[in-house]
Amino acid sequence: MSSTPPPAAGVAGTGPAAGDADAPVLAIEDLTVTIGTRRGPARAVAGVDWSVRAGQTLALVGESGSGKSMTVLAATGLAPRAARVTGRVRLLGEELTALPEPRRRQLRGRHVGFVFQDPMTSLNPVLTVGRQVSEACEEHLGMTRRQARDRAVELLDLVGIPLPGRRVEEYPHQFSGGMRQRVVIAMALACEPALLIADEPTTALDVTTQAQIVELVADLRRRLGTAVVWITHDLGVVAGVADTVAVMYGGRIVERGDVDAVFDAPAHPYTRALLAARPDPQHAGGDLPAIAGAPPSPLDLPPGCAFWPRCPVRGDARCEHELPPLVPVAPGHEVRTFCPGGEDA
Amino acid sequence: MTRFVLRRLLQSAVVLLGVTLVVFLLLQLVPGDPVRVALGTRFDQQTYDALRERSGLDRPLVAQYVSYVGHALTGDLGVSFRSGQPVTTIVLERLPATLSLAVTAVLLALLVAFPLGVLSAVRSGSALDHAARVFSQFGVSVPDFWMGIMGILLFAGVLGWLPPSGYVALTEDPARWASHVILPATAVGLVTASILTRFIRSSVLEVLSEDYVRTAEAKGLRARVVVVRHVLRNALIPVVTVVAVQLASLVGGVIVIEVLFAWPGVGRLTYDAVQARDYPVLQGAVLFVAALFLLMNLLVDVLYARLDPRIGLR
Repeated sequence: MSSTPPPAAGVAGTGPAAGDADAPVLAIEDLTVTIGTRRGPARAVAGVDWSVRAGQTLALVGESGSGKSMTVLAATGLAPRAARVTGRVRLLGEELTALPEPRRRQLRGRHVGFVFQDPMTSLNPVLTVGRQVSEACEEHLGMTRRQARDRAVELLDLVGIPLPGRRVEEYPHQFSGGMRQRVVIAMALACEPALLIADEPTTALDVTTQAQIVELVADLRRRLGTAVVWITHDLGVVAGVADTVAVMYGGRIVERGDVDAVFDAPAHPYTRALLAARPDPQHAGGDLPAIAGAPPSPLDLPPGCAFWPRCPVRGDARCEHELPPLVPVAPGHEVRTFCPGGEDA
Repeated sequence: MTRFVLRRLLQSAVVLLGVTLVVFLLLQLVPGDPVRVALGTRFDQQTYDALRERSGLDRPLVAQYVSYVGHALTGDLGVSFRSGQPVTTIVLERLPATLSLAVTAVLLALLVAFPLGVLSAVRSGSALDHAARVFSQFGVSVPDFWMGIMGILLFAGVLGWLPPSGYVALTEDPARWASHVILPATAVGLVTASILTRFIRSSVLEVLSEDYVRTAEAKGLRARVVVVRHVLRNALIPVVTVVAVQLASLVGGVIVIEVLFAWPGVGRLTYDAVQARDYPVLQGAVLFVAALFLLMNLLVDVLYARLDPRIGLR
């Protein structure tokens, strides 16, 4: 497999934060996203902090509407126009929120690669895949069209697409779902980004293809030293790919820590319920335990713990009226609850 | 590609045959005797019978139709009852006037509708968007003949800048042709512009919400590149159909405007032929317009395949 020369860890040499290998690639602090709707403001994300370093994978986990996608879209300037974003976002040490849009656009295109959920809709049907992979190289790396096309062939090869020299001239409809997602990944890697954001990249794929894509991203991260933010609701994927995990609920982080710590000793009742709801191959055929009720509407969030209405523990009145702070339960493991541990057991 | 076009042309021929049959039968239902109308005051029974026989109108309907289609295949659409000239010649003579008016109207409409539709979609909710919506509402509500009359009153009457009516061939004197075409083309173009503005706006808006546009934005492309390369290429595919249909219907349907501006086109010809019960001319004009529609549709299909790689011509 002819591949691109492996860039230095985190592509630090090309980023504004050159030299400091330990500095986070992306760090967000107190990020809040409020979306103006006809029925009033909806608080999609409320005071979220996290950071991710080169070569590391952070998993953002939560149900639909928990704010996990909106967090990264808002951080990178891709939130819908109706959204009001506050907080601080540092990409390779540069404060994005303070920058004018053209500069933020450049930084995003140059240093962040995105893989979206549905490869059937995230590729432009009327442009060749080669053009779609190469256009970012022309825009951000100053390549000529010819150079960018050669680069596209390399990238298609890198993500495991057979006959890349021929397929580069083909259109998305000539590719299968899994192959399209590989194209999207090639596109995301075009400028050797320091950060790869994968927003449920396997959800729209069949199970065997899912495993291939997960393995591909993990492999590319190892080889290229890219930081990865993996957004998913699939805890099975998290265990396989992530170093750290942040569980989101109702627009806030409710628990975060090293993957092993969170999986071995989940402290938040929501995390425990999520883990319990995973299908267990040992007991196939039985009913899966589900979390009763529905996630809260961002238009009408409860004043206290957002999970309280569905919580199996259902602590005291404090849970209902007072927002629990995010506190450490162990080194590198924090949780936002008044009832940590296995009190529902 | 060539096979596709050939097959479509063959299909078009079948459709045209159907058109001749429908028009032929409809004309049988129209009251009034064309031979009587043609003779007018010169009527006497002997001349009447002679003309009926010469025109073949005394023969059975089926024989009339078969002979008409047979001649049509060789390009002979009969002769005008009124002038005695071949219908094909008459229609072809009128075609440049109509085509130049229709094409000018559509070009004017596109000149307005394209930027207005795209901008009002890209900046939806802005003052420009609202203005565009008011404009297109106005354009589709106001009849074109009223616009034509107002245009004549203002620019020919009050200001005296433009001739009120009449036609000069483009090949004869382009400047005078332009001064004559501007009023009727604006009058019909306004309606087309309104329809196209709405259509382009909604088409662009739809594409703007597509996932691949977000992908393009995520790549950090400049807004102009996102709109031109990713949005417009997709949004304009359906617009091609609407433009073609508008153009085709203008070629066949600007009767009122052609009469109002004394524009000697196919619309005017159709009107006069109806008035004079000049069936061969009427049939010929309808056949021509139908053929133009079919040709336009074929052109759209070929263009679609060029614009959208998912469509193959087989």
